[in-house]
Amino acid sequence: MNGFLQALVNGFGQGSIYALLALGFVMIYKATRVISFAQPSLMVVGGLVSYHATAVLGLPFFAGMAIGILGGALVGMLVERLALRPMIGKPVFTLAIITIGVDIVLRIFTNRYIGVESRIIAYPNGSARYELGGVSISHQTLGLIVITAVTVTALTIFFKFSRTGLAMRATALDQETALAQGIRVGAIFALAWAIAGGLAAIAGTFIASGTAGMEQTSWIIALKALPAIIIGGLDSLPGAVIGGLSVGIVEALTAIYQPDVAPWLGRNFSLVAPYALMLVVLLVRPYGLFGTKEVERV
Amino acid sequence: MSLPSLSRNGLRGRPLVRTSYAQDLALLNSPAKRRSTLIAVVVSFLLPFLLTDDLLLIFTLGMISAVGAIGLNLVTGYAGQVSLGHAFFIGIGAYTAAVLGGDTDGPLVGYGMPIYVWLPAAGVLAALAGLLVGPIAVRLRGLYLAIVTLGLVFLGDHIFRESRSLTGGPGVGRRGPDLVAFGIDFNASGPLLGLDLAREQRQFLLALVFLLVFAVLGRNIARSGVGRAFSAIRDRDVAAAVVGVDLTKYKIMAFAMSSFFAGVTGALYYSVVGVFEPGTFGLLLSIQYIAMVLIGGVATISGSIMGAIFITSLGRISGQIATFIPGISESSGSGGLLSVFQLESILYGLLIIVFLIFEPRGLFGIWNRLRLYWKGWPFSY
Repeated sequence: MNGFLQALVNGFGQGSIYALLALGFVMIYKATRVISFAQPSLMVVGGLVSYHATAVLGLPFFAGMAIGILGGALVGMLVERLALRPMIGKPVFTLAIITIGVDIVLRIFTNRYIGVESRIIAYPNGSARYELGGVSISHQTLGLIVITAVTVTALTIFFKFSRTGLAMRATALDQETALAQGIRVGAIFALAWAIAGGLAAIAGTFIASGTAGMEQTSWIIALKALPAIIIGGLDSLPGAVIGGLSVGIVEALTAIYQPDVAPWLGRNFSLVAPYALMLVVLLVRPYGLFGTKEVERV
Repeated sequence: MSLPSLSRNGLRGRPLVRTSYAQDLALLNSPAKRRSTLIAVVVSFLLPFLLTDDLLLIFTLGMISAVGAIGLNLVTGYAGQVSLGHAFFIGIGAYTAAVLGGDTDGPLVGYGMPIYVWLPAAGVLAALAGLLVGPIAVRLRGLYLAIVTLGLVFLGDHIFRESRSLTGGPGVGRRGPDLVAFGIDFNASGPLLGLDLAREQRQFLLALVFLLVFAVLGRNIARSGVGRAFSAIRDRDVAAAVVGVDLTKYKIMAFAMSSFFAGVTGALYYSVVGVFEPGTFGLLLSIQYIAMVLIGGVATISGSIMGAIFITSLGRISGQIATFIPGISESSGSGGLLSVFQLESILYGLLIIVFLIFEPRGLFGIWNRLRLYWKGWPFSY
């Protein structure tokens, strides 16, 4: 039972990272109808900016993370302005492929920065753990969960109650009508990418402050947010959070139970379990759990 | 009533006049196309005697990849079903061939069968995998499908890594099947049709014949009723369904055909390359094939070929560029401004972006504009 609870807690922590990334994907998708495959590189860039600010410039963790968020947001806005704005109105698939190109280019530069060793950010008091009823959680994981909760709440409030949030919701609903109401749709696109870049940077910072740190191969983590958004539904913000958390939990549970229950699935099956889960969900619900069903007008 | 002055192609002296739909749809529907295709084929057959062996190998691999690119173009370019899962089908083809044609007494499973068993079998098994994906593809549209096929690559990668007795496992890998056809070992030098040829020259000729067969096959699929059904689905699936195109049938067919092309490509490619390991069939390979299709030209066969050869030679091209730009190191280490491999990756990324923004019709579009320019010269209208 303790093993189960422990896996649940660990999965919740890892799921928070997926949830942050998934939120970024959904933000961009809602604003521009594009799935940004550049999210992995934004995550790595954000994490590395935080790393540079803390480990090289000697700032405290949270100040470093703030700078990382700014860095991620800035790069996100640049990508949108330089690579995607010229392509508005083109098929979404074309735009998605462009983001793949952006990702490849950005990651070359981040890989050069990372080099062979892994870049680890020291989390304040990171090795200490809280114990409760046989289940333990590290300060870092708890911090991650708290920050994710705060971010999600802040975003919800922003969308519900601020004028800009309202403008973003209007743009997501109908771009032309939003333009007619005097909303600067271009600025909304930039803002969506900035928020997505910032969210990815938070995720990147926490990956870099984890046990493995930020390595050249860490970007693959961000792709697991893709099954998360598909499970939750591409255009649903609560779906992204739920999808992200469930992907994390499924991954953690598979990691401890699959070697005993189904050893024929091979070693490290937990790493691909999210994709298997995604296929199952899609066979039952083609638009995810919370996604809006596309209505086809003829 | 039939006109006596009708030649095989339009009215006498006016070769571009079409008097029937069949003429318009013909494989080579103008004298210019007939002539240029003939010249291209003849020149291709002469190439092995003009180029050095290292260049020939690049062209050989490029031509084999072109078949896979044609397959991806069928499903993504013609039928409009975005597939990021091409690497998975290529992998299935490669391993089917390696297992069926592999060494019988090696440490890994192998049955030592000849090429006329393993090459079709690789295609058929990959096509069967495509049939399995089909039903999912029918339910999904656009980017949902892209992500699901992406998931397929990750699942496939896992399966290839874990089936150690078949694939050799990560970091170890296994050899592709022996490339022996009609009693000739194409992986060794020796006589062919009375000529004494080097290994690369023989492989080049084999790949050329392989490409010609599948290019004509692909072109025939594209210009037949099936191809038109694909285009109808791509352009507007609801409208296609209204005029009587069976969406389920044709979407599944598109995936199966594209996977067949991918399967035979995987089989032959890694038979030429030699040793390959499971990590090869990752996301990057899928993206390379997408790049071939996009840079070559969406929904064109000749574009797929141009794109595939261009992308395959990109490594060589960036090596050449590196000799002109200071600060690019030849080694894979972290010295210098960039290494050749990093330059190659950056070129990939940038080429995809630049082509999509400035020349969405790809190399085919550039070729087409050049052609029209000379056709109308000196008039620009």
